[in-house]
Amino acid sequence: MGRKILLKHIDEPGIQGYDTYRRTGGYASVEKAVKTMTPEAIVEEVKKSGLRGRGGAGFPTGMKWSFLAKPEGVSRYLVCNADESEPGTFKDRYLMEKIPHLLIEGMITSSFALGAHTSYIYIRGEYFYIVNILEKAIEEAYANGWLGKNILGSGYDLDLYVHVGAGAYICGEETALLESLEGKRGNPRIKPPFPAIKGLWECPTVVNNVETIAAVVPIVNDGGDAYAAVGIGRSTGTKLISASGHINKPGVYEIEMGITVEDFIYSDEYCGGILNGKKLKAVVAGGSSVPILPADLILKTANGENRLMSYESLSDGGFATGTMLGSGGFIVMDETTSIVQNLHTFARFYHHESCGQCSPCREGTAWMEKILHKVLHGHGTLADVDLLWEIQSKIEGNTICPLGDAAAWPVASAIRHFRLEFEEYVKNPASIKEVKHYYNTQLV
Amino acid sequence: MAKVTIDGIEIEVPEGTTILQAARLIGPEVAPPAMCYHSKLKTSGGYCRTCLVEVTKGSEKDPRPMPKLVPSCRTTIMDGMEVGNKSSAKVVEARKGVVEFLLLNHPLDCPICDQAGECHLQDLSYENGTAKTRTDFERRTFNKIDIGSKIQLHMTRCILCYRCVKVADQITDKRIHGVLNRGEASEISTYIENVVENDFSGNVIDVCPVGALTDKTFRFKSRVWFTKPMQAHRDCDKCTGKVNLWFKGEEVLRVTGRKDQWGEVEEFICNTCRFDKKKTSDWTVEKPAPINHHSVISANHYEVFVKPTEFKLNVVKPLSIEEKAN
Amino acid sequence: MSEVQKIAFSPEAYELVQRLIRRYPEGKQKAALIPTLHIAQAEFDGWLSAPVMDYVASLLKIQPIEAYEVASFYSMFNLKPVGKCLIEVCRTSSCWLRGANDVVEHIEKKLNIKDGETTPDGKFTLKTVECLGSCGTAPMLQIGKQFHENLTLDKVDSLIEEWSKSTEHSKYLDNSTFRKN
Repeated sequence: MGRKILLKHIDEPGIQGYDTYRRTGGYASVEKAVKTMTPEAIVEEVKKSGLRGRGGAGFPTGMKWSFLAKPEGVSRYLVCNADESEPGTFKDRYLMEKIPHLLIEGMITSSFALGAHTSYIYIRGEYFYIVNILEKAIEEAYANGWLGKNILGSGYDLDLYVHVGAGAYICGEETALLESLEGKRGNPRIKPPFPAIKGLWECPTVVNNVETIAAVVPIVNDGGDAYAAVGIGRSTGTKLISASGHINKPGVYEIEMGITVEDFIYSDEYCGGILNGKKLKAVVAGGSSVPILPADLILKTANGENRLMSYESLSDGGFATGTMLGSGGFIVMDETTSIVQNLHTFARFYHHESCGQCSPCREGTAWMEKILHKVLHGHGTLADVDLLWEIQSKIEGNTICPLGDAAAWPVASAIRHFRLEFEEYVKNPASIKEVKHYYNTQLV
Repeated sequence: MAKVTIDGIEIEVPEGTTILQAARLIGPEVAPPAMCYHSKLKTSGGYCRTCLVEVTKGSEKDPRPMPKLVPSCRTTIMDGMEVGNKSSAKVVEARKGVVEFLLLNHPLDCPICDQAGECHLQDLSYENGTAKTRTDFERRTFNKIDIGSKIQLHMTRCILCYRCVKVADQITDKRIHGVLNRGEASEISTYIENVVENDFSGNVIDVCPVGALTDKTFRFKSRVWFTKPMQAHRDCDKCTGKVNLWFKGEEVLRVTGRKDQWGEVEEFICNTCRFDKKKTSDWTVEKPAPINHHSVISANHYEVFVKPTEFKLNVVKPLSIEEKAN
Repeated sequence: MSEVQKIAFSPEAYELVQRLIRRYPEGKQKAALIPTLHIAQAEFDGWLSAPVMDYVASLLKIQPIEAYEVASFYSMFNLKPVGKCLIEVCRTSSCWLRGANDVVEHIEKKLNIKDGETTPDGKFTLKTVECLGSCGTAPMLQIGKQFHENLTLDKVDSLIEEWSKSTEHSKYLDNSTFRKN
């Protein structure tokens, strides 16, 4: 069994509730932080840990924290990004549902480190049932003196609130999230200024993913060095991987970074192999936005080395032969999967989720979806495949926020690695079975 | 002061200047096109992506290039920065793409559009686009609606620059219209039938870079190039009263705010001046209005790309109808 | 206009909104807009009419257009009436891989409606949605706040059966969603 850090006590009956959580060592990090550490010392430990943002971008958390502006007399905020909406990703939901106090504890310790006295957990609206769970956990934390005024007699005050969204993938982008939290449309802001300087209500703000915040707990408890000792190279610690698709054991797995992709897919400890004994065709390793890789390239790098579950190994080879760890949304496709159809579900997703602020994304995502729809229905031409390539290249890098890139990369990689399949679709439309497809951009 | 080099031309500008402003100081030959940025409107810009430029050198201190193209209207210069606009192949390509995106759902109904002849989208596509369209999908359409008795919203033509929303937010007392829905389905709308009626609402017409918001009192009265703009003023208790009157013969067909070289409104005017003062006797007429390069009246614009020096020479005298006919 | 005057939250909902407003700094009550729209949707038959949004705007002291802009941006807000039971079926990649299209087709046949439509008796509305974060338990659908995962067509049948008999409205939130203090 691999080492577990975040989910160490996940199988403990009653871990969702306060008493069990506390009994298994919960809230020790808050005690240690407010009683024995300075905020700066905590930031230092987080830096030492090598923890990188677990939402998808992989930016070093300690560095992000150290950018936070601290002007006199201005409130600072910590906002937890629980808007998890990247297709293929459901680890934050799992964590919040099964062990909510870990997030609450992480929020308190992190808020103390950042000097925030009001913090928010922004959760996607579709996770309303988890709002109940978090609200209950927060209530318990208040009741036991972990939140509110003068926590553990330290003089530190903190209020923690859950804020619920209403259905918009884009609110996972940190500035769109802040706009949404302010009660506006989820339009990403133009940066700079970055949230660390001007964030929520123009105050310095740190936005961190659920899993990132949770990882602060063991880092404070055991020290940054202990955390950094787990994992491989610059991919320190563990990562929650959401495994889905054609596998025997879909679910959330905490892995120590550095295990091989092959082991992850085939061993019984994790995915348990391909469903119904079929062959592996392709994998989207880090959520819908990252490049899809065919079986051979996901298992081995272009140099023939074993591909590992780590930031560096997954991106080995760049986009030509590699991909990204992203959010850890690991979607496995067997030999029967139509890459074109799967890509269409992604393209439809980005079309649906584009905020519409900037022209390349607003128009481009819709255009790509329409072309793929046409191809799927047997009306495509070879020129359409080239056009798809062209459109994605005109979106990538040219938009306000990374949604443009996220929409472009799946298209580029699908064509890069599976061009023949696209050509088959357009050359032999008669061979395509009736395509099941549902099209609805209208709000009901 | 800081030095910045744009397309090989060096200029010294105050700290905090944006790349776009610096480029405009050099002149139109290096100024990136801008569809959504409007210097008189706070937080405008960044949406349309037509003004993207390549920063090949970040600054003297940190010479690394910027990894992506940046919107010049929202990026401030650093001392020693080097920027590629028209000289950057990446920029030219990206801009071609942006033009294609902006035209993807545009109706191209210029022959019946009141904005034709002073439309920024026409200029943009003429100067930066390609002649062909590659889409064969049905274009997005909306019904024309009246927002108030004097303003028509023709959403089909809109490029979602957000300028009209910023005008309503920043210079009127109450915003009634906004951007509804999201993504490709976004639209400017009042949602429920509603009237945008307050003293300064007419300015949404002047800031609209395309023919999405037009003056109903001017509707189909004349092509822009058959009218003569004259600067005029009157004593007004709501605004400065400094306007352009657009004459056809002796008749005032339209009143607008005055626009600068970049097609931006210089001073916002009130609705009384704009809609209710259509008699020459209401005004003190000053002189022929300078013509900015977005107006077709700026002579031969569509035959030869006009060099900046020529703009300046051409601004003095608008062509009369007779001259135009020749 | 008389209809506008009739619109008001129940005392509990009104109290909840006031409580939520207090979660944000003074003068930042607009931040409560999205939660308040959720409450409004739960209070008024699962959708947001213009008068309801006007009411919400008045509670938060903002312009009505600000409420319309926000309501029309987020996919969970319904700007048209929906059936008592709103069935939202996820169909993005992982769900599609595990048969989401069959689920949608099955519901369409069974209820004799298409995606986005409501049954003539006003009971069911079918809406296909994008990734709900239930990829490991695909295919799935959501009714109110409840996730129904690892769907089989039989499971779908029994869900529809159950809801056919119910007099409830599917809701994302209830009295227990937000803490009381």
